[in-house]
Amino acid sequence: MAVKELEKEQAPRPAGFGALGWARWAWRTLTSMKTALILLFLFALASVPGSLVPQRGVEPDKVARLFQQSPALAEWYDRFQLFDVFTSVWFAAIYLLLFTSLVGCIIPRTATYFREVRRRPPAAPRNLARLPHHAAFAGDLTVEEAARRLRARRFRVDTGDGWVAAEKGYLRETGNLLFHISLLGLLVAVGMGSLYGYRGNVLVVEGDGFANTVANYDRFIPGREVSAESLEPFSFELKDFKATYQVQGDKRGQELDYSAYLRVNDSPTAPARDYELKVNEPLEINGTQTYLIGHGYAPVFKVTDGQGQVAFDGPVPCLIEHKPTLTSGCVVKAPDARPGQLGFLLRFLPTSVPLTDGTYASAFPGELQPEVQVLGAFTGDFGVRSGRPQSVYQLAPPDLMKKLKPLVMGTSVPKPLPVGQSLDLPKGAGKLEFTGVREWITLQVAYDPGRVPALLAAALATVSIAASLTIRRRRVWVRIGGKDGAGEKGTVEVGGLTRTEGSAAGFAEEFDDIVKVLSAGDKDVR
Amino acid sequence: MSADRLAEVSDLFVVAAVLLYLFSMVGFALELAFGRARADAPAARAKVPVTVGGGDTGDADAAVPAGVESPSWAPKAGVAALALGWLGWAANLAAIVTRGLSVDRWPWGNMYEFVVAICFAAVTTFLAIQFRQNARFLGAFVMVTATLGLGFAVKVLYTAAGPVVPALNSYWVAIHVTAAILASGLFILAGVAGILYLVRGDGLSRLPSRADLERVAHRVIVLAFPVWTFAVIAGALWADKAWGRYWGWDPKEVWAFITWVAYAAYLHARVTAGWRGRAATIVQLIAFACLLFNLIGVNIFISGLHSYADVSS
Ligand code: HEM
Repeated sequence: MAVKELEKEQAPRPAGFGALGWARWAWRTLTSMKTALILLFLFALASVPGSLVPQRGVEPDKVARLFQQSPALAEWYDRFQLFDVFTSVWFAAIYLLLFTSLVGCIIPRTATYFREVRRRPPAAPRNLARLPHHAAFAGDLTVEEAARRLRARRFRVDTGDGWVAAEKGYLRETGNLLFHISLLGLLVAVGMGSLYGYRGNVLVVEGDGFANTVANYDRFIPGREVSAESLEPFSFELKDFKATYQVQGDKRGQELDYSAYLRVNDSPTAPARDYELKVNEPLEINGTQTYLIGHGYAPVFKVTDGQGQVAFDGPVPCLIEHKPTLTSGCVVKAPDARPGQLGFLLRFLPTSVPLTDGTYASAFPGELQPEVQVLGAFTGDFGVRSGRPQSVYQLAPPDLMKKLKPLVMGTSVPKPLPVGQSLDLPKGAGKLEFTGVREWITLQVAYDPGRVPALLAAALATVSIAASLTIRRRRVWVRIGGKDGAGEKGTVEVGGLTRTEGSAAGFAEEFDDIVKVLSAGDKDVR
Repeated sequence: MSADRLAEVSDLFVVAAVLLYLFSMVGFALELAFGRARADAPAARAKVPVTVGGGDTGDADAAVPAGVESPSWAPKAGVAALALGWLGWAANLAAIVTRGLSVDRWPWGNMYEFVVAICFAAVTTFLAIQFRQNARFLGAFVMVTATLGLGFAVKVLYTAAGPVVPALNSYWVAIHVTAAILASGLFILAGVAGILYLVRGDGLSRLPSRADLERVAHRVIVLAFPVWTFAVIAGALWADKAWGRYWGWDPKEVWAFITWVAYAAYLHARVTAGWRGRAATIVQLIAFACLLFNLIGVNIFISGLHSYADVSS
């Protein structure tokens, strides 16, 4: 499509005040190139806050912190949906307008396109010498032969009395239309994914398992059309986890690789199979993907209470405090302990080394000398039975925390415990035993039915935009035997032009080639 | 050679490349300063003679003789600058290859390596254009950009050779990052041309003509845009493998998207009445600013998954 045809005139004002007139005017304005350009700008501009303000879907913890630190600001942000930019009403308004404009643009252009494709190349202009590219030579080329040679160069050809008209490069417009259509396809695919897909996170400790039901997730984000029954019924057990780290040099302690060894049941009735889950290699079951996101330590503790009963026995997933050394903070709660509930604040050091000042720190993320520091032991009400939501990473809600009675704290803290050692609480209140080390992994499970369609649309967009931008429309005319088209021996005139702006230089070479091909077998090129 | 030794050699090659680019820039600048001034006429090459083989139909045709006769050595300075540019290019390439050998992976795992590679891509594009048409008029500006880019990489971003985090240990690095580097290199060239376009006045100037600048910028963007599109899609595919979603509006993704939309806006502006020329060039430069912000700003000012600061959840 020639550039000029693309620029719609400024939509004329509606003549009367008829509703139809206004509607047509609005539609014309919406689908004009200028509006499209402005909407594109708005689209880009509207995304900017999405990278500056923390987003709920990406960093919910940061959003929560902002609400705590500056509630007034956070509330204003929230009012303008700045924590959910990409699902906000105003963002949707922009892209829906843009894509409406796109539809309004594609439909008439597709119609024009089909008309153009069926049309024959236009007849030769009267004076070929006026064209941007022109050549003439003497020869006995016939119309049929010229047409044949041009066809061989994949031109679409029409002939007449003493002239040949040829055109090539229709793929440019094909590419352009397909590109815009595939953008629409991409939008639909993404929308489908967010309606029918879901995403969930879960932490699993070595030796434990996971079954894909909503209740088992730590965090579950379903699309609007997702029901609890629609989850793929797979399950697995985490048999083992292994990580390797750089041992030497500047980057000592950096993770090199890690794998989780799973035993997977694709469905309740399917036989179990082994799977090695790695960072860039998700587990796929019927379109549901399970990804390995992170890992950490879960030391195993046994708490014996003042009456000699075992009040707690199991692994405790610890929160990473310092990533390079995997120094982690752990909380052990034994609400069943008697006479009083027991709770411990601990620090896990995967490779514990004594420092010169008498304290201990972890020197390496690998599990070389795992030890546990007891930061504090408490008794009192941890609020576990209060019915309020609990965090496994927190000993007690802040208000209850103040009322706890410390048993061991601060300077009375003994040396870190290696595996197998225990700490006896004063006055026979009980005992904490560090019995072993396991590791935990965090997983993301995602189901997105729009993935594959989105990929196809995106791939189509890339191919078609490449075609659209690199192919040029060009026309070549040949006139034989002078202006009267006698078709006899004499001069052959060739003229050519390209209908794509800014590609004259490239076409010059091609035009030279065409002239060479046409004049082949003839004596001189004038 | 041991890995450490190779890493040292790589560092030396980077310094060599900086110096060679600098000398090359001086050569190009001399040619510009003492060569002929150009009118701001559209490169009128309407009729191309059929006679084939005429070599240099470059900018000399579009040039209009200025008042002062230019010294005959001026073009030679340009040719020498070109040779120096090639030497710098070779040093840049050698730096990348030795770095890659020393760490035994694709040598674009951190900002330092990334910027070194982008400078290489930009210079490669410029030198490659030379085969098709004479674009020496851009030389001084491309070389100063490459010098500053490499200098910035060495002074500010330098990272010792070493392994990368597991998430980066993937063949997707080869696909996604290579495409991003290539596209960025091309966009840099367009950006340089765009800035010159705005700096240059309308009349006679020693700077290249606006029509030439426009043409170079458009040609390069037309190549770069599909490559960038591909890079973004490859990134989405990788994110799908590594993070469990193909698109999550992570800051890096947001800015890649903004950059893409801005360049699409440029392509539209070029065919919209009243937006050609100056306005389209400004749109192009806004898009370029987005690209640079994504490259540098997002990595430094905003943390996200791409910065690998804290991947734990
Ligand atoms: C989602 C938003 C859009 C994007 C990302 C986009 C992107 C692009 C790109 C990259 C090009 C260059 C390809 C080429 O020149 O062949 C292009 C061309 C074009 N676009 Fe869009 N576009 C969008 C929306 C629209 C809309 C709403 C319209 C109609 C009002 C439109 C009309 C055109 C036209 C007519 C061309 C052809 C320009 C030419 O021939 O050089 N586009 N678009």
